[in-house]
Amino acid sequence: MTPKTATASVQTSIVVDAPIDRAFSVFTEGIGTWWPQEHHILSAELAAMVFEPRVGGHIYDKGVDGSECRWARVLAYEPPNRVVFSWDINLSWELETDLAKTSEVEIRFREEAPDRTHVELEHRNLERHGDGWEAMRDAVGSPEGWGSVLGSFVARLQTATPA
Amino acid sequence: MTNQATATASTADAFTALGDRTRLAVFERLAEHPQSVGQLAAVLPVSRPAVSQHLRVLKDAGLVIARPAGTRRIYQLNPEGVAALRDHLDRFWDRALTSFKAAVEQQTRPSQERQP
Repeated sequence: MTPKTATASVQTSIVVDAPIDRAFSVFTEGIGTWWPQEHHILSAELAAMVFEPRVGGHIYDKGVDGSECRWARVLAYEPPNRVVFSWDINLSWELETDLAKTSEVEIRFREEAPDRTHVELEHRNLERHGDGWEAMRDAVGSPEGWGSVLGSFVARLQTATPA
Repeated sequence: MTNQATATASTADAFTALGDRTRLAVFERLAEHPQSVGQLAAVLPVSRPAVSQHLRVLKDAGLVIARPAGTRRIYQLNPEGVAALRDHLDRFWDRALTSFKAAVEQQTRPSQERQP
């Protein structure tokens, strides 16, 4: 097995003006109200997104033709503080059926005020998505090398932002 | 100076490049180990000229770089370009959370009657 590295993850966070219970419920059962429209992997037109609120449930897309795509398994469900689901999608936004090649997403909710919630997201174990990620890690040799490559890329992105 | 003039290609270019199944297959083969056009054509169901064409698109997208080895050219993943893929997910989640914030705040607004 390859050791888990902190670099094979993506982390981001946001503060929302809403109570923690509502933030949690909109994120989970209300997922269809905010998930970016262009990122669905059904071939049919999307009818709805369903988040089954329990460990062992799925997140799935429903097409207007009745088709379904179960693209995530709910791994932890602890309202209103934490939810973890698998990311059964491969590098080209298609369903990954080899569960050993899937990553996971953890979302933690923290109350900052009665009407304000801090939402922290980590998409980790990206290296599991296959040889591409391992090759990437090998190519840069070490976490330090990786960090510097990424750092220079981010710096370049920031300077290359169009007006 | 490093020889990476195409490394500034955008993530959108990278994903457009990988939107083609054959190109994705080429990319995945190169992720296993660096190799030549001939080696790629031997394991993929496409001709050598087709492999070359796909490699050109991947190079233009900043995902792949080539180095000469004797009379052949060996292709490998461009570490900077691959980092762009990770960055894609990074930006996907930023966009998703921004959208989430708008949705949850709209559904929380106290001045409006809540819809069932």
